[in-house]
Amino acid sequence: MKPAPFRYAAAQSLEHALALKAEAGEEARFLAGGQSLIPAMNFRLAQPAMLIDLNPLDDLDYITVDNGALRIGARTRYSRVEHCAEVARWQPLLAEVLPNIAHPQIRNRGTLCGNLSNADPASELPAVMLAAGARMHAHSAGGDRWIAAADFFINLFETALQPDEMLVEIELPALPARSGTCFIEVARRPGDYAMAGVAASLTLDANGRCGSASIALCNAGPTPMAAAAAAQLLIGGVLDAEAIAAAAAQAQEEVEPNGNVHCTADYQRHLAGVLTRRALTSAAARARQGTSA
Amino acid sequence: MSDENESRAARLSRRAFMQGAVAGAAATALPAAQAQQARPGAQAGAATADAAAAQVMLNINGRSQAMRIEPTVSLLDAIRDHAGLTGSKKGCDRGQCGACTVLVNGRRINSCLSLAVMHEGDEITTIEGLEHGGRLHEVQAAFVEYDAFQCGYCTPGQICSSVAMLAEAEAGTASAATSAADLRGVLAPALSDAEIRERMSGNICRCGAYPNIVAALRAVHGKSA
Ligand SMILES: Cc1cc2nc3c(=O)[nH]c(=O)nc-3n(C[C@H](O)[C@H](O)[C@H](O)COP(=O)(O)OP(=O)(O)OC[C@H]3O[C@@H](n4cnc5c(N)ncnc54)[C@H](O)[C@@H]3O)c2cc1C
Ligand code: FES
Ligand code: FES
Repeated sequence: MKPAPFRYAAAQSLEHALALKAEAGEEARFLAGGQSLIPAMNFRLAQPAMLIDLNPLDDLDYITVDNGALRIGARTRYSRVEHCAEVARWQPLLAEVLPNIAHPQIRNRGTLCGNLSNADPASELPAVMLAAGARMHAHSAGGDRWIAAADFFINLFETALQPDEMLVEIELPALPARSGTCFIEVARRPGDYAMAGVAASLTLDANGRCGSASIALCNAGPTPMAAAAAAQLLIGGVLDAEAIAAAAAQAQEEVEPNGNVHCTADYQRHLAGVLTRRALTSAAARARQGTSA
Repeated sequence: MSDENESRAARLSRRAFMQGAVAGAAATALPAAQAQQARPGAQAGAATADAAAAQVMLNINGRSQAMRIEPTVSLLDAIRDHAGLTGSKKGCDRGQCGACTVLVNGRRINSCLSLAVMHEGDEITTIEGLEHGGRLHEVQAAFVEYDAFQCGYCTPGQICSSVAMLAEAEAGTASAATSAADLRGVLAPALSDAEIRERMSGNICRCGAYPNIVAALRAVHGKSA
């Protein structure tokens, strides 16, 4: 099938891309890896009048580490992040989730910023950004601003980005010492979108009790879903089986799954409980071993 | 329908579509999606000079070829319809089957999910470019030897994907199936059957030739390891 006609512009620089977007507004879309946009266009589910191709912007293909905080640019493709030792060291949650996203061919093109801008609540990555406490760096011709992951995902396929804004990079804070993380999902086949998935991050305090906790789920509502009350239940306590079971039960209450052709909403809710328990159990064990992942 | 409902329907159908539920939700939601998208400016009438056909130079299998194409032309359609190389196949046009896999600067990608205009200056290799002087590439020869196909429709994509997959393994990149022992410092992980299956997950074979594909790749990998 053929996409509807559109104007194509290869960005020559970030400034050029932003100027084009400022002029064209909602008529134009940025083209990153194209792994969501092009299939949607091939089937005419999306018919943008103009594409601004970000692929020429080599200077946005980076992963930097500053005191353990990672920054990843808009042109950085999944496969580079997946095989980056620094990512595995500083944000094991991100390293752990990537093999669950699509297949090698798609990871050779798709970008993290494209995925996040797409804001598909079924995707694993937005949930990981919530659990990791990431920030999004948006630029427009008029300036730039940082947006916390918790404020970035507004609704199904809808972000806080304004029509003239581009997501230029993401930042993941350093994982503190005595932390453990885990991502776990159930999908029909590896590489498919999950029926439900959970990202968890735990940090122990000096006494071995839970100092901080975050839990986020994918395919569990109109946005990635933070199970904030469940995480709150854990804080200050010992991370034993009983505490984890209580948090998992609470997480089940916090999700709003819709169901789809592969699974009912009830089954997704059931998965949310089981997977939260498993993710917390692994994350706690990793935190105690000090191996993080 | 209110504007809000329409755009929600459009978004829902996109989501169902990306999850592969085309026969169900997406198909029924499609008219709503199109109604929402059919706004001024999104129509063919909005085409300007930039949407018109332009000269694009593609380097396919070591040969530079000029073609006049519109920006809407996928790399796959440029290869098949404009360069006349029909080895690469279109199975789904949305990234799910891998039949269109080609190598771009040595990396495997789905050519249905890339625009031809994005690939000026890249080195593109298709199934037709793998043999040298009439001699099959070792992966091609192994597919023949191990009978790694039935109808053959997925085969060009399987073979291009395999060539890149073996190079990735050789370069020491791990996969989700790589054992912890292999992850600790062993440079080129030995490819178990589980590794091969994980690394080839982007290529579907409706005939189910998987056991023979794995056998062929095990044989090639065994020779080089
Ligand atoms: C077969 C298949 C299976 C898949 N399976 C999964 C899966 O299991 N899990 C998963 O999470 N994903 C999956 N995906 C989707 C994949 O992860 C996409 O690559 C990703 O969602 C989009 O990234 P991209 O760089 O390709 O963005 P594009 O497709 O280029 O863009 C996506 C959207 O974001 C906008 N955009 C892109 N970059 C920016 C930017 N920097 N600033 C602002 N807006 C921007 C675009 O305009 C577009 O609207 C799958 C895709 C396919 C084809
Ligand atoms: S035709 Fe490209 S992946 Fe199916
Ligand atoms: S050989 Fe027929 S699809 Fe694979």
